[in-house]
Amino acid sequence: MADSEAILAPQEPGLRHHFDDSAQQLESSTLGMWVFLVTEVMFFGGMFGAYTVYRNMYPEAFASTSHFMNVTIGAINTGVLIFSSFTMVLAVRSAQLGQKKALIAFLVLTLILGCVFLSLKYVEYHEKWVDHHIPGPGFQYADSRYAHQAQILFYLYFAMTGMHAIHMIVGAGLLITLIVMAARNRFSSRWYTPVEMIGLYWHFVDIVWIFLFPLLYLIGHTK
Amino acid sequence: MTHQAVPVKVYAAVFGALLVLTATTVAVSKLELGEYNFIVAMTIAVIKGTLVVMFFMDVRRSSSMTKLFIGAGFFWLAILLVFLLSDYLSRSWLLNIHWL
Repeated sequence: MADSEAILAPQEPGLRHHFDDSAQQLESSTLGMWVFLVTEVMFFGGMFGAYTVYRNMYPEAFASTSHFMNVTIGAINTGVLIFSSFTMVLAVRSAQLGQKKALIAFLVLTLILGCVFLSLKYVEYHEKWVDHHIPGPGFQYADSRYAHQAQILFYLYFAMTGMHAIHMIVGAGLLITLIVMAARNRFSSRWYTPVEMIGLYWHFVDIVWIFLFPLLYLIGHTK
Repeated sequence: MTHQAVPVKVYAAVFGALLVLTATTVAVSKLELGEYNFIVAMTIAVIKGTLVVMFFMDVRRSSSMTKLFIGAGFFWLAILLVFLLSDYLSRSWLLNIHWL
């Protein structure tokens, strides 16, 4: 038995000795990654819960903030993130087919799109700064009735989009790691688990934004 | 590794659907629908999220164990939101009970 395992080992790249085979190892990695993502769902869920409670308490004040959100940038950023998820999934597909050049190209494209998202986010944050919409002593609001309550929305806006942006920055770092690993021929069509797992992370961050966009930008647009 | 590669056109179709849904949610937000604005926006967001989870994250081909964990995660999120709202939405009801 020991001999046959020793012979088999080099044929299964990336296989650790405590797994039966590559399929079991991939299954474990996928499940483990999802357990992490579920903790992330809980983490963001707490903030979505806070948003739900305050929006329910102050619906008019929350709706009034939509006029000060840059819907154009928000919508473009939604498209950019969805596009980056598309390139990420094509990167995973290229890894699966063993196409190294395509893998690197799609990873770089995903990274660029992530940076475009963050740059547009910076433009938005700067607008908020200029408009005195940063919660704190300098906060100013056009509608004095809602000055205090609107501040809660902007606090949630910065907490939620800020946390999302931090996840994007982490994702960008992970993508750079993948690009370096791919360039060093660490992946093959038989082992590319890190590409797949970081792909899951990237799509999760996309999903968070899919919910943030309508909740923060599109409430009370008609009023 | 264990799954066959998905054709690019499937991913492209999902990508197209996500873009169309994004445009739809922006367009609907400009209509006056009252309470339904929120319901439509959240329904579209859930559809978009489901598309990403099922196709981009490939959960439709994942093992039952992985699906169970994901389902449990979202079930717990539902517990958080439902119990939170059952508290906050019912608080004002107590004000109308005078014999307390």
